[in-house]
Amino acid sequence: MSGLRGKTAIVGVGLAGLGSAPGWSPIEIMAESARRALDDAGLELADVDGLFVSSSTQAMPTITAAEYLGIKPRYFGGTMVGGASFEAHVLTAAMALHAGLCNVALIAYGSNQRSAAGKLVASVEAQVNEGVYAPRQPITAYALATARHMHDYGTTRTQLAEVAVAARAWAGLNPRAFKREPLTIDEVLQAPMISDPLSRLDCCLVTDGGGAVVLMRADAARDRPKSPVYLLGAGGAHWHRQIAMMPDLTVTAATQSGAAAYAMAGLGPDRMDMVQLYDAFTINTILFLEDLGFCKKGEGGAFVSGGAIAPGGALAVNTNGGGLSCVHPGMYGIFPIIEAVEQLRGEAGDRQLADAQTALVHGNGGTLSCQATCIFGTEAALTA
Amino acid sequence: MAQTRVTMMNDPITQGAGPEARYRDFLSEGRFMIQRSASTGKHVFYPRTMAPGTGQTDLEWVEASGRGTVYSFSTVRRSASEGGDHNIAIVELAEGPRTMTRVIGCEPDEVFIGMEVSARIDEQDGEPIVFFVAAPNGDKT
Repeated sequence: MSGLRGKTAIVGVGLAGLGSAPGWSPIEIMAESARRALDDAGLELADVDGLFVSSSTQAMPTITAAEYLGIKPRYFGGTMVGGASFEAHVLTAAMALHAGLCNVALIAYGSNQRSAAGKLVASVEAQVNEGVYAPRQPITAYALATARHMHDYGTTRTQLAEVAVAARAWAGLNPRAFKREPLTIDEVLQAPMISDPLSRLDCCLVTDGGGAVVLMRADAARDRPKSPVYLLGAGGAHWHRQIAMMPDLTVTAATQSGAAAYAMAGLGPDRMDMVQLYDAFTINTILFLEDLGFCKKGEGGAFVSGGAIAPGGALAVNTNGGGLSCVHPGMYGIFPIIEAVEQLRGEAGDRQLADAQTALVHGNGGTLSCQATCIFGTEAALTA
Repeated sequence: MAQTRVTMMNDPITQGAGPEARYRDFLSEGRFMIQRSASTGKHVFYPRTMAPGTGQTDLEWVEASGRGTVYSFSTVRRSASEGGDHNIAIVELAEGPRTMTRVIGCEPDEVFIGMEVSARIDEQDGEPIVFFVAAPNGDKT
């Protein structure tokens, strides 16, 4: 177990502009998310001395955000590893807090992707020996992984559709979710193909939205209005940038990031009360459940079948509806953290899980490139 | 006071074309070249300044056999006005490294994992590009 276990906690979360926020810029949505997270924590802007921001549209995101917010952070991190940036920020923020480099760490994100672009933000630069072939990135990269998983393990499109249907069923319980009407397996299978074997309904939403979380050291966290949600473990790993360089298209670096997080937390997958993972595409959920040890490699398709990850199923996965049905503004990584916090606080309304004490949160960035895992727990989980 | 004379020195290692530019120059000459470490025999692609992970700087250019196997593939759906559907594949070269490419010369739905393919240097927007086609005596089943 690492010295970081339980040393820091999330004390505030905020969401803004989920769904569609025409007329709002990315930084405005980010700032509104940050304000709500600070309100939730009972803190002021002036309390923030650690700032962690990643953006698809800003080259120097912490500088831009700090100026906008009118703060002067003494520690900052603008690491850009795609959608996994936010789970990576949690680990860096915990280190900075624990080292005394800052006292209040704000992680924030905002995007107007739906209103501004109406399409997925492509990787910022064409990759060597990739762009010339015109894959529809990032979708094609995930399609290539899907095709290989189907070939190696017999995973079926119906099993992939189970992931989308389960996400939609959770979204039906979440008033904030963008797509809430029930979805059937057949609808997923019959949706237009985008990059075979992925159909439109195997792909995440394109929405606007922002989110923010505030972390403090555990001792200070206990003085905040809401119950602290402790960081018990975290780890990150990345093995490739472009999909052709991924060593095995069916095994992600989540095997490494997850192992690091479990080791720090002193808890394994059998102790996780929920999983909030980055489901940009239906294959993600299957790959990550395998790589994070919830089932064996190759068995993810069977594992998610029969409503097993839907409400009332064996394992609660993406209880907000995920990137597939709740919100996906360019990068999704901040949102699974916020959903885990709301669940662990008992604030999740109709979708609230009973007796939830632990949560695994998993971020994914690039084209299955960067993986970052966090394990959170309540006071009861911390002292158990 | 003695006068000091400043001489601008260019790094001898970075004179001339770098690995990526060399690769493109070879392609323009109709040659699909990849790198191989002289000491380990391990092939490298895409072109690097040193062997990734291990750092050998003894990379030499060798002609790729052009033989490969489809490791995975997708059909990118496009409207007819965008040029129609096209294949994207990851091909594992006989020498070991993988590359993204397109398998051409057949319908996208005729491509399969394990299909034996061979490289063909083509031209796209005035630049040379490596595509793959079904190998002449390749496994078609």
